[in-house]
Parts: sequence; structure tokens; C-alpha cells
Amino acid sequence: MNGIKIVVLAKQVPDTRNVGPDAMKADGTVNRSVLPAIFNPEDLNALEQALRIKERYEGVTVTLLTMGPVRAAEIIREGLYRGADDGVLLTDRAFAGSDTLATSYALALAVRKLSPDLVIGGRQAIDGDTAQVGPQVAEKLGWPQVTYAEEMHFEGDRLIIRRRLERGVETVSAPLPLVVTVNGTAPACRYRNARLVMKYKYARTETELQAENADYIAAGRPLIKITEWGVDAIGADPDQLGLSGSPTKVKEIENVILQSKESKRLTSSDSDIESLVRELLENHTIG
Amino acid sequence: MANFYTDNRDLRFHLTHPAMEKIVRLKEMDYREKDQYDYAPHDFEDAMDNYERVLEIIGAICAEVIAPNAEDVDHEGPTVTDGHVTYARGTRENHEALTRAGVIGMNFPRRYEGLNFPMVPYVMAAELVSRADAGFANIWGLQDCGETILEFGSEEIREEFLPRFNRGATAAMDLTEPDAGSDLQAVQLKAHYDETRGAWLLNGVKRFITNGDAEISLVLARSEEGTADGRGLSLFVYDRADGGVLVRRIENKMGIKGSPTCELVFRNAPAKLVGERRLGLIKYVMSLMNGARLGVAAQAVGIAQAAWEEAARYASERKQFGKTINNFPAVYEMLTLMRVRLQAMRSLLYETARFVDTYKAWAFISAERPLTKEEREDMKNSTRLADIYTPMVKLISSEWCNRIAYDAVQIHGGAGFIRDFPVERLYRDARITSIYEGTSQLQVVAAIRGVTTGGCLTQIREYEKAPVRPEMEHLKKELISLTNEYEKIVAQVIAAGNNELTDFHARRLVEMAANIIMGYLLLHDAQRDQAFSQAVEIFLPQAVTENRMRLEFIATFEEKELGLYKVN
Repeated sequence: MNGIKIVVLAKQVPDTRNVGPDAMKADGTVNRSVLPAIFNPEDLNALEQALRIKERYEGVTVTLLTMGPVRAAEIIREGLYRGADDGVLLTDRAFAGSDTLATSYALALAVRKLSPDLVIGGRQAIDGDTAQVGPQVAEKLGWPQVTYAEEMHFEGDRLIIRRRLERGVETVSAPLPLVVTVNGTAPACRYRNARLVMKYKYARTETELQAENADYIAAGRPLIKITEWGVDAIGADPDQLGLSGSPTKVKEIENVILQSKESKRLTSSDSDIESLVRELLENHTIG
Repeated sequence: MANFYTDNRDLRFHLTHPAMEKIVRLKEMDYREKDQYDYAPHDFEDAMDNYERVLEIIGAICAEVIAPNAEDVDHEGPTVTDGHVTYARGTRENHEALTRAGVIGMNFPRRYEGLNFPMVPYVMAAELVSRADAGFANIWGLQDCGETILEFGSEEIREEFLPRFNRGATAAMDLTEPDAGSDLQAVQLKAHYDETRGAWLLNGVKRFITNGDAEISLVLARSEEGTADGRGLSLFVYDRADGGVLVRRIENKMGIKGSPTCELVFRNAPAKLVGERRLGLIKYVMSLMNGARLGVAAQAVGIAQAAWEEAARYASERKQFGKTINNFPAVYEMLTLMRVRLQAMRSLLYETARFVDTYKAWAFISAERPLTKEEREDMKNSTRLADIYTPMVKLISSEWCNRIAYDAVQIHGGAGFIRDFPVERLYRDARITSIYEGTSQLQVVAAIRGVTTGGCLTQIREYEKAPVRPEMEHLKKELISLTNEYEKIVAQVIAAGNNELTDFHARRLVEMAANIIMGYLLLHDAQRDQAFSQAVEIFLPQAVTENRMRLEFIATFEEKELGLYKVN
């Protein structure tokens, strides 16, 4: 569909894929300071889907939307390096401590303000693993939603989406406006583009400019600014944000140590392999 | 995340060589494009930051896409259907990733959609890609053809072809034929101007053409009827979209299997003349070959890096007699010498790239304004040095790459002889580097001029002038005595006045010069970074031993002994 506007929801997350013993604090929250901050992997899959639509149809724009501390502006830059047109950073002290409900409230307000035709996000973030934010944003917007997407294209004005489900794939068709969440099995995001990196490396939010030496960054070049919105900009009710807007409470933390109970030795003979395959099929590990 | 640029600190070290400030300023012509292009650098720091960021992109693609695809590409290889080549799946993925990243046409000017990078970061990118997959490095590296179009093509041809590189167009240089390999003067492919079509038409056969079915091909052809030597050859550019060239077959090679080596049949293939008639071989191809030789040198360094890593990893994991094999002197000596040779040839590679950068930048500037006397002098000097160093680095790095790959297999023992380990592929891939773009023997022919005319010696004496830390003075002394011995023996060979004798000793003499040059380069590297002092301390005794062995042979050799070696 030519001329549509896409918003990609993206989150900066601590890299929980290689965690050490100090990855979690005593109160059960993630110790963000010891883990590198990265672009949530499935949000990169989502960005790739948006960029493919942009390449395939005329006049499509892709805007990245992220909520987080000032340093989450890096997510916007990463998006610009790969071909996004622009980005908005939702940042405000009042957002701190938001659970999925408060987060989707803020994101939905920002999406309304941007008024896109299509919102694409990753299925879930690797820090919380809730997979709630995408669907909640759709609910708050009152838009239909399609989850677990792997591939999408337009037929007429309807988006045809292939979904990856537990036991196969399902193809659905949906009208716009629409929220889609993308699965990690979708194609990986493209790498940064050399020219875009050189162009956007000094793109900054207002707060970053104040914190850094802006004169040096600008150094005679036209300043590329990243939009920064706070509570007022999206007209949010402070009571529905942050800790006060977040009903989620951590009740208890339990350390689960996964231990194998028994081990089995197999030779490389055909009969051993066959018996293993049969066993795995029977207990539904595979198949 | 794995990254071939950031995981090797030597690369950043060479990228940030003090000479870069001048090279980048010349290449960017005092940063004059900063307001014209939103991705042009504003100053030196900005430019260097760009190079690093782009090398990081390439390093990531190499580690995460190209290297993991290498084994499949090696097994699957390209195929030919209906006269055209289909790349292996992995090759297509690699090419697409690099095209999307916008890193093809890296050193073309921005007005042709290039990145306007100097040779140093470009050669570094070539090293990275080669480390990931040497066969694929050929396909990516043939963007060099654009350099020739840029230097010698008309504005019309530049505008038509150059921007296509950045959008992913592949390229080839069609030089060799069944009866014209090392001797390109024998090229027969015929070009005649067809008045009715208003185009040059090409007819004939080309053989051993790397990536022969590319979208853009530079073709060496005989445009002057009745001629028999190099002066009757001109250079043409052929666009695959115009048709007329079919791939008859692709060679079944020992290594670099992902890169299609084609036999091509031209039947009235329309083409455009690049530059002037008759200058095809004697001017343009010589320039093209120099670029390609530097590319092969980078390829050899990349393969050697990959082989050393495989060997070092294997030796740290493989246990025999109760300990990992890297604890045994016979193994750790091999490993350390591999690493030190790798560092030495890499230092030589980037020194060469800096000379090439300097003369190319002046040549580019001289097209716009007359150079001052000092600038002309600098251009002349760097051109001369680039001409000496390019065949030298091609010779040394390809030969040493083979030695390193050989030792890497050796360290693997029986496992290295089996296809399960990447080192087997690296060993096969290494083999071509000392053959194509001019065999080692031909590199010696080109490099020996630097020995006999004194060019090497002058530059070595320049290196001698640079101060070194007191604790390294003894190393410098050693190099000075090696230089004196070299000077004496060169004089002795020349004094004999026998060209055949000079040719006979040529390789020995070139290698002696190269050892001294690499010794100085490592010594200077060690002044800038303590981490190189171990390398120079290990390299020097090796160089001394090797040079004295050659010296002894040449000094005691009598002209009449030549006869003993003659085959006919």
C-alpha cells in the first residue's frame, strides 16, 4: 500500500542472553547497570518488516517509537542507521517503573499523536518476556491486532500476514489500522548502512544535546534532532503512569536450578539414534 | 556479537597510523564536501570515526553472515545454466548484506555514490572479507574495476557505470585467454567498430575470468587490426544487459570455489571504449593489475589470519600426553612464528596501502590544479614506492599465507586433512594467492627493479633515520648491519653485468629487501605500541638467519654454475 505511515515499537533492553550471577537484584528486578543495553531482538525483526514494506511500496514512512531513559535514544539512532525515517523517544521521570499496562497506555497515546496506519512491534522483550505490550496497545487504540507475524504484504488495502504458530503457520488478512507483533523466526534485521551511519551518528535528542558538548557535535553540520516527548506532549494522566499506574507487583523470587536427573549414553549406531528419535517423538520433545 | 574488525586490535592500530592525517586530508581535499553531502566528514576525527564505524559494520557482516556461509558456499559453488552463472545461496546472501550496508564502491567519489574512503580502510575491509571467505572476497573486491573506470573512463562512462556499484552491481576484468595468461600481449579477442550500430563489437574467447558473468566487465581486446603486441590492445566496458557474452563453462578449482572462474564466448558483444585506443594494456591494465595485486595481498593476509586463528584454537583445545598441544615447543614455535609473520606482512600491506593512497590522492588533485614542486615530488616518490611495494607485498603475503595455512593444517594433525575442519578449505584457498594476478615469479620481475635501481635501499635508509627507544637500539643496529650486507651483495650481483644472473638471484634479493623493510616496520610499530615489541624481537633473528642464508648462497655462487641449473 503506497503512502502509508508505519510506527515501529522498539525497546532498549538489558542483554539477558548472557547473564552472570549479578544480573538480578535482591528485590527481583533486573540489574540493568551490569548488562549491556541492546535493541530488543524481536523489535529488530519488526523493524525489518517495516523497512521491507517501505522498500516495496511508494511513499511509505517508518517512524521508530521507544520509551525509556535518555540513553534509549540509541535505539532511535540504530533505527535511522538501518533506514527508518525518524523516531520519537518517550522519556520522562513520570514513566519510570511502568509495568506493561502503564507502558502501553503511554505508547498508545504517542501512537495516537503520530496517527500511523500500521504499528509493528516485536512479539516480546527479552527482559520481561510478557508479550503484553503490543496487544495492550492495540486494545487501547481499539485497533485489530495480529500476533506472531513472520511475513507480510499487501493485497489491495488489506495486509496479508503469515503467523508462526506452535504447530504450523496460519495466513490471515487484516484491514488497517492495525497492530502487528513479529516473531523472532521472521527474517533478521538488515545491518546498518554505511552512509546512514555517517549521516545520523550525531542525531541527538534535546536532553542529550544539553548533557553533551553540543558545539562539538554540531561542528558546523546541520543538527539532526530526535524528537523527545514527555508526559505533557502526549497528554497523559500521571496517575496511570509509572509505579502508581502499574498494578504489577513482584511477590516472590525463586531461584530455579535446572538439573538433569538422568543421563544416557548413545553410540552413533543407527539403532541407538532411532531409539532416541522414537523416545523424543513419544514425549513430544520433537514432532 | 562477533565482529572481525573489533576482535583484532592490530587493525585499529594500522588504521590510526600517524600518516593517516595527511592521507585523509588529501583524499577529502581539506574536507570540502562537508556541506555538500550529509555523510561527508567535517574533519580528520570525523573521517576516522566514519572509517571505524563502517569497518565495524563490515566486521559484523563478515563474522555473522559471510564466515558462517563459507563452508556451504565451498561445497555448493556456483553453477551455469543457459550461459549464465547462478551463485551459491550463501554467496547471494553475502552480496545482498554488503550491498544493503552500502559498502560497495567504497573509494569512489561521492558524486558517483561512493563513500570516498582512502585505500587503507578499503584494503582493511578486503582483509576482513577474505578472512571470512576468500572466494567471496573476489566477488566483492572486483569493485576495483570501478577505480579503472574512474581513472581512465570518460565522464559519460563514469556516470553510466560507477553509481551502479553502490547499488550492488557485480564486476569482472576480462583479461586472460587460452593463449594469453602471464603474457597478455598475446590477447586475441577482437574489437571492431561497427558504423551501423555505432558501437564497438567484441568477438572471441576469454578464459580464467573471475566472476565472468558480472553485470559490468572490463575487457581487454585487440582493436588495431594487423597488430601483434600490447600496443594494439584497448580496454572496453561491457554491460551484461546488452547481451552477447555467454559462459561456456566454469572451472572446477582446488579452492576459492565460491568464486566462479569462467570461460566466456563473445559474439558481437557491444562495448564502450575506456580511455584511448592502444593504451589498454600498456597503461590501463597495468594500473588495474596494481590494484588487484594489492587486493590479493589483502586476501592473503585475511586467509592467514583465519588459518592462524583456527590453529591457535585447535592447539589450545587438543590434548595429548595429558596437556594441550600448545604447551609443546614444536607446536608453540610454529604458532608464534605464524602470528609474527602475519603481523609483519600486515604491516607491509598497510605501508603499501599508504603509498598508494598518497599518490592516488595527488593524481586526483593534479587533475584540478597544478601541483607545487614539493607536491609533485611527493607524488613521484609515493608512486615509485607504491610500484616497488605492491609486487613485494603480493609476493611476500601470498607466499607466507601458504606457509601459515600449511602449518595450520600441520597443527591440526590428521584432523586437518579431513573436511570437517575449516582449515582444510583455508589451505586450498591459500594456494591461488601466489598464482593469480601475476605469479610470485612475475612479482619478483616487477619488484627486482626496486632492488637494482636502489629504490628499496633509499627507503630503508629513510626508515633508519627514525628514532627508536633506547632499549631497542640493538635491534636497529642489527637492521643496519643487515642493510649493509644487502647493499654489498646487490652491488656484487649488478657488477657481474649478467642479466640472467640477476634474474636467477632476483627472488633472493627481493626477499632480503622485504625482510629488512618488514623488520623496520615492526620496529616502528613497536615504538607506537609496546605490544609489537615481542613481534620485532622474534621477527628479527628470523630475518637475520634467512638473509644470511641467501647472502651466503649468492656470495659463493659463480656465474658458470648457472649452467648446472639449466633444463635445456
